[in-house]
Formats: sequence, structure tokens, C-alpha cells
Amino acid sequence: MISTIVFALLLASAIGLFTYNVRKITRNIKLGKDIDRKDNPVKRWLLVFKVAIFQSKMLGLPIAGILHLFVYAGFILVNIEMIEVMVDGLAGTHRAFSFLGKFYPIIISATEFFALLVIIGCVVFLFRRNVIRLPRFWKPEMTSWPRLDANIILITEVVLMTSVFFLNASDYILQTREYGHYEQVGSFFLSSFFVPLIQNLPSDSLVFIDRACWWLHIVGIMLFLNYIPYSKHFHVFVSFPNVYFSKLDPAGKIANMPSITREIKSMLGKPVEPEETTDMAALSFGAKDVKDLTWKGLMDAYSCTECGRCTRVCPANITGKKLSPRKVMMDARDRLEIVGKNIDKKGKDFTDDKSLFDFISAEELWACTTCNACTNECPVNIDQVSLIIEMRRYLVMEKAAAPGELNAIFSNIENNGAPWQFSQQDRLLWANELYINEK
Amino acid sequence: MTEKRKIEVPVMADVFAKGQKPEYLLWVGSAGAFDDRYKKVIRAFVKILTHLKVDYAVLGTEESSSGDVARRAGNEMLYQMQTLTNIDILKMYEVKKIITCDPHVYNTFKNEYPDFGGNFEVIHHTQFLQKMIAEGKLKIDSNLLKDKTLTYHDPCYLGRANGEYNAPREVLGAIPSTLKEMKRNKSQALCCGAGGGQMFKEAEKGDKEVFMERTEDVLETGADIIVTACPYCMVMMTDGLKYKNKEDQIKNYDIAELIEQTLEL
Repeated sequence: MISTIVFALLLASAIGLFTYNVRKITRNIKLGKDIDRKDNPVKRWLLVFKVAIFQSKMLGLPIAGILHLFVYAGFILVNIEMIEVMVDGLAGTHRAFSFLGKFYPIIISATEFFALLVIIGCVVFLFRRNVIRLPRFWKPEMTSWPRLDANIILITEVVLMTSVFFLNASDYILQTREYGHYEQVGSFFLSSFFVPLIQNLPSDSLVFIDRACWWLHIVGIMLFLNYIPYSKHFHVFVSFPNVYFSKLDPAGKIANMPSITREIKSMLGKPVEPEETTDMAALSFGAKDVKDLTWKGLMDAYSCTECGRCTRVCPANITGKKLSPRKVMMDARDRLEIVGKNIDKKGKDFTDDKSLFDFISAEELWACTTCNACTNECPVNIDQVSLIIEMRRYLVMEKAAAPGELNAIFSNIENNGAPWQFSQQDRLLWANELYINEK
Repeated sequence: MTEKRKIEVPVMADVFAKGQKPEYLLWVGSAGAFDDRYKKVIRAFVKILTHLKVDYAVLGTEESSSGDVARRAGNEMLYQMQTLTNIDILKMYEVKKIITCDPHVYNTFKNEYPDFGGNFEVIHHTQFLQKMIAEGKLKIDSNLLKDKTLTYHDPCYLGRANGEYNAPREVLGAIPSTLKEMKRNKSQALCCGAGGGQMFKEAEKGDKEVFMERTEDVLETGADIIVTACPYCMVMMTDGLKYKNKEDQIKNYDIAELIEQTLEL
């Protein structure tokens, strides 16, 4: 009875705290500017199935892709057992689903199989990160916290899954001893390999292991759930909507700034459509801070799980430049979290004197070739290029702070219609003295 | 019996004044007009158009920067000024179809100009050549490159930006020769390093130039010819071969130039 109350309280506070933190993140994302990403729902759902659910882009790196599939599928399917754990915890029952009879051990054996896949995946991942030290996990932006965060996630998952095996093994031994309420529900395939490890223990020790593992598993899951909003692991939730709200245009298309078109038209002496209005508030150019990005840009920041596939293919990063598309996303999230905390503490109108430029330097922004290797690679369809372009727009149009050579091409284009300093009158010189061999 | 004939490149203002509307507008681009190396590509492509008796014209001195580089370098004001002016001229001549050799022009015309009311059918020259080959209008039965190995460098703005990987490869497939892919190709291709404004500025501090990294991919294939389809890639790959002292062994051509050579135009 007491344990039921304890369980119910724990569950309620875990769900409550999680909801509280998710709401904060949602509020932070909504600080972004509006952008319409609700068009074409059929195409968007297909994308969710392909990219998010079936993880098509993960398989670009086959080893990581397949192991991630193990962990992903495993974690979801093992949580079928979580439903039973919840029922047991709240109703004070033991293995509430054992009424399923001979199917029960099959289902439990299946979840054990998936738990094993999760463990295999996580152990290999830990090995790749900490022993092999794959370069993408040791780039400069992978400071102690991002590395620790990844290890906490992987170790927690191993512990949670291992507890399932000991839980089931001790339970099974107690069943065979017809101890207490441990009724015969059958043996479970994988945990039977753990049976010899604890077979000689007295029954009360086994009850202790069983209960300890049960509580470890459920409390562990609750703690893990509440760790996720503070961690890059939040991608397990937000990557699905992030893929749904993907940019559907060709990768080469850069978002338009309709807010300035009217001004340009009147500068050029062109007629202006009556529905074209200049919203003076929207007439800030580009992005100085997170609020100047779209909400999708901010969702991108929360979707990043720091895998570094973008940085791995970035031509600037490959050749030793400071730009790392992953760092840009991590910076955006860090900055957004600070802005969010400021709102919590000092009200929604508070602004500190910091901006995205305290995190991302002009040197990084100007190294981008806009080649879209990063966006092509990202398994959750983050758009790193659009953030870089928005920040460049701010530098150029608000601060006139483009590199000197680019200012030179701007004035050439303005004066003579080409990035080079040649007269527009000479644009046809290439056609002089052109001959073809006719047969 | 071959005979040299002078090509008079049709200029839109003249053609239009005669009451004619050419089927295609050839957008030469600033590189085609002013970059000495890329002028050769435009000249080669114009020879092909002449050979195929295509009804086309160029804007000549009425052409201006597409604005692509201004937009990517963050100067949206300048971009929109270029865009609105260009669209006015194109509409004045009632242009419907635009061919260009520049994937950056292709991308901005095709994907970005529609936001400003500029709706044209935009065709990259590799797509045009592919179509001509598929329709049987362009046949290459030359053995000029038969013993040569080619490798194709995907321009980012044709490949990843617009998903066009096949057209250039199909054109190359129609030229008797061997095509060998680089280890990074198609959607995985490495950028030449010139897009997004990089062409016109010093690279940021690093260990290496991007074009050198890409040139190493080329050298690995052992190809005799590196084929490109973009003015920026052309400049970068030429520089790469020069710095690697390979310009005598490995040649760098645009797809249009290979067709020009094999057809002996």
C-alpha cells in the first residue's frame, strides 16, 4: 500500500516536472519569428515516416545508423514492458499482464531481446566515443559537458536495460521456488542466462534484487525523463516535429525577405502593390539574436543531438577553419536557454546586452560556402545554412560589417552589374571573332 | 569538307525589334562575360547551340548580375534590386525559357526569382544537352576521348541544391570515354570552396584551401580530365591543378567544351 502511494507520487511529480520543462522549451521556441510550415501535410507526413520514423538519413553512416536503430527501436519496444510496470506500480499487482498466459513469456522475451540490442548499441557507442575517439566526437565544441552528456545518456540506458535482465532472472528463480506471490508465468529467454549468476542466493535476497531492480528501472526512467529536457537527448521528442516542419523547397533556396521588397520597389521607382506594406517592426535585417530567427530555426537548435555529421562533411571544417555547423546549432541552443532563463527570472521584456554574436563569431559565419553538405547530412533536417545567412544579413545590412573584398563586389554589382570591375558595355565582348566549323 | 563560319550571336534587343521571339534566352552570367577561362565555355556552348540550330538570343549589355552572390553574402537589398531589375528586362522581352551554364544563376532563377514574380522555365546547360542527346539531335561518335578517363565534379548548386546528378552524367555517358567517380560524389560531393561569396575573398584561417582538398579527390581517381559544369568550380579546380603542378597531366573542362571538342566545332 505504501509502495503504491510512493509510486503514484513519484510518477505524478516526474510527469509534472517534465511537463513544466517541456512547456518552457516550447515557450522558448515560440520566441522565434513566424514562418508558415503547415502547407503540404501529405508530403510532410511522408517525410516524417521516411526521415524520422525510419531514419533514412542515419544510414548514410551504416554502423552508427544500424546501432542507432537498435537503440531507438529497442528503447521504444522495451517500454511496452513499462506499461506493465506502471500498472503494477499503481495497482500494487505483480506482473499484471501475466493473464496473457503462454503469450506472456513470449512478449517479455521479445522485450528482453530489444533490451539486449539497446545494450549492444550503447556499449559500442561508448567505445566509439571514449576509446576509439572518433574525431567528430572530439571537435573543439565537444567540451566536457557535451561529452559527459553523451556518456550519461549511454550509461543510463545500459543500466536501465541491465536492470530488466536481473529483474526477470530473480523473478524466474522465485517462481520456480513457488515463493510468495511469484506465480508461475514461464521463463524468459534472455534473462535465463542471468539465472546461474544469482541462483544460489537465498530467496529473500532474490526478492531484494527483484524489488531493487524494479524500483531502479522505474525510478531510473523517471529521472532519465527529467534529465532529457536539459540534455541534447531532447532530440528523442523534438526531432519528429522538426522533420515534419522541414523546409520543403530545394536546398538551394534561401528564405526571402518580403519585408524589404516594397522599399526596394519604391527605390527603383516601381509601382507598389497596395497589399505590400512595410512593417517597420519587421524591418530589422537578419538575425542578431535568437528572437530574430524563425521558430523553426529555434526548434532546429533543440533538435540537434550533437552527432557532428554536419561538421564531418563541412568543407570549411574539413580544411581546418573555425566554422562547425554543429557548434552553430549548439550555440543557438545555449543562447536560447539563457534568453529563456532571463525571462523566467526577470520577466519577458528583459534583455541582457548579449546576443548570438557572443557565441558565434563573424569568422565562423564568413567561412560558409553555402554548399548544403550539412543540411543534406543532418538526420533530423536541421537547416544550419539559413541561420548562417540570417546572421550574415545582420552583419551586412545592420552593421555594414562584411569583409572588405565582399564590400568591393557589392559596389561592383551596384555600379556595373558584375562582381568584377568591368563595364556593363563590355558584356558581349566574349562573342567577338567566334567561328564554327561547318561540315 | 569543313568550312569556318562566323557566328553572329543574336542579341535580344535586335531580335525583338524585328518582331521575333527566340525560344530560349541564354543567360551568359558575369563569369561567362568577363572571366577569361569561362568565356571559352560560353563560346563552346554557343557553338553547340549554333550547331543544333537552336533559336536563342542573349541580353548582351542589358544583362546584369543575377544577384546570387549578393544574397548569399547577406546583402539582400542589393540582391532584390538586381532581381527586380532583371525580371523587368526578362518580362519586357517576354522570355519564357532561360538556359544558363551557371548553377548559381540556375538556382536563383529557378527557386528564388518566383518570389518576385519572375516565373521562367530555367534550364541548366547540362540538362539542355541531356535533352538534345535523348531526342537524338546531338550525337557524338568521336573517338577523341575514347582512351581518356573523366571524372565529374558535382557543383553544389546543381547537385545538393537542386538534386540534379543525372543530367551531366548522362551527357558524359554519351561521349565515348571512361567515367570514374571520385570517392565523394553526388550528394556527398565536396564543395570546390567558392560558393556563398568565397570566390571573391580570402579564405578564413585554416590548414588548407577547400579546392586543394577537392583536387586531391580528383588526383585519387587517376582521371585525365576533370569535368565541371559551373564557373566557380572551373576556377577552383584550375587553381587546384596548378598548385599541385598537375596542369600538364590533367585537364579541366566544362561539359560544353567536351562536346565542342568531340564534335570538332
